[in-house]
Amino acid sequence: MKLTLRVWRQRNADAPGAMSTYDVDGISSDMSFLEMLDVLNEQLILSGEDPVAFDHDCREGICGACSLVINGDAHGPERTTTCQLHMRSFRDGDTIDIEPWRAAAFPVIKDLVVDRSAFDRIIQAGGYVTAPTGSAPEAHATPVPKADADFAFEHAECIGCGACVAACPNGAAMLFTSAKVNHLNVLPQGAPERETRVLDMVAQMDAEGFGGCTLTGECATACPKGIPLVSITGMNKEWLRAARRVAKR
Amino acid sequence: MTDYVHYTTGEPVLDTKAPSGPIHERWDKRRFEARLVNPANRRKHTVIVVGTGLAGGSAGATLAEQGYHVVQFCYQDSPRRAHSIAAQGGINAAKNYRNDGDSIHRLFYDTVKGGDFRARESNVHRLAQISVEIIDQCVAQGVPFAREYGGLLDTRSFGGVQVSRTFYARGQTGQQLLLGAYQALSRQIAAGNVEMHPRTEMLDLVVVDGRARGIVARDLVTGRIDTYFADAVVLASGGYGNVFYLSTNAMNSNATAVWRAHRRGAYFANPCFTQIHPTCIPRTGDHQSKLTLMSESLRNDGRIWVPKAHGDTRAPNRIPEDERDYYLERIYPSFGNLVPRDIASRAAKNVCDEGRGVGPGGQGVYLDFADAIGRMGRQAVEAKYGNLFDMYQRITDEDPYEVPMRIYPAVHYTMGGLWVDYDLQTTVPGLFAIGEANFSDHGANRLGASALMQGLADGYFVLPATINDYLARNPHQEPVTAEHPVVQEVLAETGDRVNLLLSVGGDRTPDSFHRELGELMWEFCGMARTDAGLRKALERIPQIREEFWRRIKVPGTGEEFNQSLEKANRIVDYLELAELMCLDALHRAESCGGHFREESQTPDGEAARRDDEFGYAAAWEFTGTGTAPTLHREDLVFEYVHPTQRSYA
Amino acid sequence: MARTMWDSSVGKKTVMAVSGLIMLAYLVVHMIGNLKIYFGAGEFNHYAHWLRTIGEPFMHYEWTLWLIRIVLVVAVAAHATSAYQLSRRDIKARPSAYVHAKPRASYATRTMRWGGIILGLFVVWHVLDLTTGTVHPGRFEHGHPYQNVVGDFSHWYSNVIYIVAMLALGLHVRHGFWSAAQTLGVGSRTRDRALKTLANVLALLLTAGFIAVPVGVMTGVVS
Repeated sequence: MKLTLRVWRQRNADAPGAMSTYDVDGISSDMSFLEMLDVLNEQLILSGEDPVAFDHDCREGICGACSLVINGDAHGPERTTTCQLHMRSFRDGDTIDIEPWRAAAFPVIKDLVVDRSAFDRIIQAGGYVTAPTGSAPEAHATPVPKADADFAFEHAECIGCGACVAACPNGAAMLFTSAKVNHLNVLPQGAPERETRVLDMVAQMDAEGFGGCTLTGECATACPKGIPLVSITGMNKEWLRAARRVAKR
Repeated sequence: MTDYVHYTTGEPVLDTKAPSGPIHERWDKRRFEARLVNPANRRKHTVIVVGTGLAGGSAGATLAEQGYHVVQFCYQDSPRRAHSIAAQGGINAAKNYRNDGDSIHRLFYDTVKGGDFRARESNVHRLAQISVEIIDQCVAQGVPFAREYGGLLDTRSFGGVQVSRTFYARGQTGQQLLLGAYQALSRQIAAGNVEMHPRTEMLDLVVVDGRARGIVARDLVTGRIDTYFADAVVLASGGYGNVFYLSTNAMNSNATAVWRAHRRGAYFANPCFTQIHPTCIPRTGDHQSKLTLMSESLRNDGRIWVPKAHGDTRAPNRIPEDERDYYLERIYPSFGNLVPRDIASRAAKNVCDEGRGVGPGGQGVYLDFADAIGRMGRQAVEAKYGNLFDMYQRITDEDPYEVPMRIYPAVHYTMGGLWVDYDLQTTVPGLFAIGEANFSDHGANRLGASALMQGLADGYFVLPATINDYLARNPHQEPVTAEHPVVQEVLAETGDRVNLLLSVGGDRTPDSFHRELGELMWEFCGMARTDAGLRKALERIPQIREEFWRRIKVPGTGEEFNQSLEKANRIVDYLELAELMCLDALHRAESCGGHFREESQTPDGEAARRDDEFGYAAAWEFTGTGTAPTLHREDLVFEYVHPTQRSYA
Repeated sequence: MARTMWDSSVGKKTVMAVSGLIMLAYLVVHMIGNLKIYFGAGEFNHYAHWLRTIGEPFMHYEWTLWLIRIVLVVAVAAHATSAYQLSRRDIKARPSAYVHAKPRASYATRTMRWGGIILGLFVVWHVLDLTTGTVHPGRFEHGHPYQNVVGDFSHWYSNVIYIVAMLALGLHVRHGFWSAAQTLGVGSRTRDRALKTLANVLALLLTAGFIAVPVGVMTGVVS
């Protein structure tokens, strides 16, 4: 395959950026999208140009590092991560636009690399169970209904890639935040901190400069792990419950 | 032959911290004998932790909970992305919830045997004991393990064992356990007890007066190279499988932290013990940048086969039952498809070498779910393995519900690593190594679902107990500052190395060297090794190294986000480590576990150990790049599990 | 609690949802009342007069009506203010657009903002037209709403303004009702279909019910 790539190039956080055009040839349809970028970068290094910076690590769809907007879609046309997108999803002669995640809370570091530390701070605000090492009771002491365990798991699958924020027209982190709130709040182990968790995490999410939810559903469509939109509904419910309860205290 | 093949032999290395007495009492004994640090004094102690995977994340969180001031590093943009996240299958624990005859002793026995009698009994027993606590800890953190309808935890079987002791969270157990540790760490970061430095890579170790006192690290965003000081340094930087270029490791997983520590005096043990995982997706071409594992749990229900006839190119569904060779079930009737990884990998290689491999290039065998789907129904198979099947389909564009999967072995895990004593301390006082970065618990072959167990055991339970002893015995260390001449020297060396990489301005990319080295290692230090092959590799590696420094081209500068520079810098270390791996493989003229020397096999082609000669862990001391290292033997004593020829037939 | 609500993006969205639902409830009643126009001037004007006497003799003349008006004004103000503030936050959170832009989401979702502005302007015009009579085309007679309505829709531009606004209302309610349910946390996987259907039915009924009045006048059924 022969392709034309239009890639966002930006030297650093403070420099202005622009799209640059590159041609790549000899792309096999079995290549992953990132392997195609590897080919481009090898080419750029040898021609004395700066290779394109992009985040990637596990390349098996689980670490959440890769983060490209491809032809306007977070992670590209398939519902998966960029690293699991293969070139068979494209055709010979295609022009492909590659941009970084765009959100005020995700400033660009270089080219296609953005700073997602805001997500870490949301987790730090309450996305945990206070269970210091050594304090745990026997694992079978508290049975968890299978339905609840499955519900928790489906939300815990979030890989923190930020596609939801990138796809949201409001740059909102509601889906990310709600995934963790739902995961922990449904479990008996998460119950003691149920209220403070959701209130603190939402407050941190707001403080990071993410937008609000207008329920466009773009986040859930882009999510490579299939976290559903109704996850946000669940968090709203938890938030209202918490606001009421905390007010009563 | 060049001089590089040679090595000198030094004094045996002794594990001075290993307690004696009945094996099940040793850990309690050690914990009791270890000195404690007064809680009020703990915050005066700084501990550096490098890496945020299962071992590093859990260690950082636990040390901070205990009151230490933790300074932690990871090269990823977030501690949540460490490669432990990619572990799929599960975590072992001797809970015996199934009432199927499991016990701490059986887990201990299975692990020592699975490791082909090249691990330390005391360590392995401790691991088995702690396994039980790990599950409790993780459940308390909200890790959503798979459960049965009664609300209790579900388990499944893994290779090399006959009990069902593997706890799992669909095919994402590593992810869920890592997020548990990450969340615990996050709590400590928020509390101000952990100072987290993401996108910061350790480039060297600072050793002052014979003790590890800090590290040199590069901020990957600004390029700034800085020093960080502490009372103890913990390396939890993972394995070195990326030496092979193609492996199941993450693209940026690297050996720099452990190799730099080795150069500063920490012995490197059993570097040739690498695990080749039998169930990976075969490579599709030269563009391949990494290999993807399909969880070993698939071997619970999938059946492995190749055509009986050589060069049979019919579609798998058109090959009749009686023309298929379910070779694992045939050769190993009692364990069948669930033999340990090293055995399954080698068997796959053998049938492919015979010319019976399937798929492009004949480098693959079938993993067939037709029987399982017939027996359990498609829905049940989907519930159990759905995400793995999806992943397979995305990568290969083949539907595993219709066509058998094709799998082939790939480099997955490194049992070797920094030599540590029972306290997980390296030969550099104050330098600890945990998780895959150390060599301790898996011997010559790791059983499935044991890496997660070891990482969390080290991080949550072992290190936090043993590091106390070191800190309590060294309460008032001289403060180290950046002005210290040793620090200045290390800093200058690091800066020089980076500048040198940038200044060569050659005509080859970092990846081209990495790929060349990887192919060499896979060919000569991969699944089967020979004296001649290893000698050839040992001759070739210094040549590649020389060429590297002549022809490497790293664009950009050191004062910016520069991924090519990061890569090149890691390759420098791979080029030295690869040599030690080959030397270790050459010196160990026996087969054991993942290390298969063709010269040493039983008449039916199984690995033949030579306990009298090689019943030791080989701890190597660095003497200089390209100069003969010194071998220190740690003799292994087996009091409880007596070495026998492993039999899974 | 009020502070927590207003300071949080989730809380503020709740304010929007609740105020929106209050207005929606009012609109349903308003629409049903409007349809009385088909039963002739007597019944319609009688109904309009009754609105001023609800709750008598406990309530004084027009007290209830004013109470409703106050609630509505508060709801409109809360809805508009929270919408404005949330929109500003949203726009700030996505400062640069993608070069490769794509049309996204459903029509109703995308039109919530400008649809809301149209409806706001319409409400002002509507009150000045049929409540105070300030911008009423032709002669406005207090106490004779039937005649005023017929007079109104005898002018083409009144029809256009009204019908466009009611179409905007339909779209706004269609996404708004479902969205409010999510904001208030009553949506779920199993209930989603029912909620979406209800939202569509409500939107359709309101639009059709309201538009029936100008259509009646235009076709001469109401005169």
